[in-house]
Amino acid sequence: MSQAIKTTKIQELAYASKVEDAMSTNIVVVTPYDSILDVWLKLRDNRISGLPVVHEDYIVGIISVEDFIKCLMLGKTNELVKDHMTSKVETIYGDELLIHILKKFEKFKFGRFPVKDRDTNKLIGILTKGDVIECLLKKLEKDYYEEESQKRNICNFFDDVCSDSTNIQLKYNVIGKEFKKAGEKSSLLKNALLKLGISTEIIRRIVIASIESEMNMIIFTDGGELIVWIDENKIKVNAVDNGPGIPDIEKAMTPGYSTAPDWVREMGFGAGMGLPNIKNCTDEMKIDSVVGRGTNLEFIVNIKNETGRNN
Amino acid sequence: MNLHIVKKILNAEVICGSEFLNRDVKMGCGCDLMSHVLAHIEHKDTLLLTGLTTPQVIYTTDVVDIKAICFVRGKRPDEEVIKLAETYNIVLLGTNLPLFESCGKLYKEGLTGISEYESSN
Repeated sequence: MSQAIKTTKIQELAYASKVEDAMSTNIVVVTPYDSILDVWLKLRDNRISGLPVVHEDYIVGIISVEDFIKCLMLGKTNELVKDHMTSKVETIYGDELLIHILKKFEKFKFGRFPVKDRDTNKLIGILTKGDVIECLLKKLEKDYYEEESQKRNICNFFDDVCSDSTNIQLKYNVIGKEFKKAGEKSSLLKNALLKLGISTEIIRRIVIASIESEMNMIIFTDGGELIVWIDENKIKVNAVDNGPGIPDIEKAMTPGYSTAPDWVREMGFGAGMGLPNIKNCTDEMKIDSVVGRGTNLEFIVNIKNETGRNN
Repeated sequence: MNLHIVKKILNAEVICGSEFLNRDVKMGCGCDLMSHVLAHIEHKDTLLLTGLTTPQVIYTTDVVDIKAICFVRGKRPDEEVIKLAETYNIVLLGTNLPLFESCGKLYKEGLTGISEYESSN
């Protein structure tokens, strides 16, 4: 990967944050007609080192502790802000990305930037380096908590429930030809397995098989059931329907062999990979099918003592 | 490569998930066949580029834990698909470039494919 586009986590966050996410909106300001002494009081009381000078919501200058010291040395503390402020102010807009502002801090060596609204040009906040650091730390913390709480949600159901033998059955009704929802039941199954604390690798394999069999039921039958048995050793799924049945199972197992109509291909399926996919990602698979009667496709993924493809 | 950069390279619009653009993608997969995606995508930090905009694309990507999809050649999903993607926290991008050019541009900028990614890890 080229050097120019390698980024750190902090840079990523700075790309994803805007000035308005980080700026302080509680702004202490002075007007051009306040005295230098007023400036000093505000700087002292708020423990800050600079103030934006604002006239009717618009920023007209900036005055810092250095300007105050100069006036103090020259005995001009009773004069007005407008005569001693810096009127050429470097401002930024609220919708700018923090990453660009970091470069501005480097370029101008200023400690703070007044923030303006892009539409109204009015002053809406102020951004210091401290604000930027605080914003990035908060975002880091949020990301960290999201990760942590995801980990905590996954409890191991089978370790928590005490019995000599525990098993759970989940049943999903699949409605034939309801194409819009094709895949939905497998998605529900995935969430249920996550909540049971099944490992993501096992879930992946069982759900890939279940989505393919759900597609098959929706495409070829009038509907059926996905019956999922879970115990501490394995997950077994029976995809059961009432017809039309598979005339030649061997042929149906051949990768690339398909009897699916075009509209199925438009959904991204129907390329003759369904049954081969199911076989590849499960530990056991068998098909009982009678033409005109129905099909019972059974597949198993072992949870413990895995004999699957990964071992 | 994070999704901000993907967006820039493909001149793409963000359809949903703009708050997750700092997600990293480690490889790309250009494919319209969801069975293939189910069978071959094993790494969750994959960017899927596809011309398909059906709900099945979202269900499929959810199964294999893909967190970012870019629709190519100007295709855009309907409201229902966008809502589904939002519930799964999947980022949807859309570019007007065709699939081949989208993949080519990303590859040129350093995003690898599945075979290369697997052999380098």
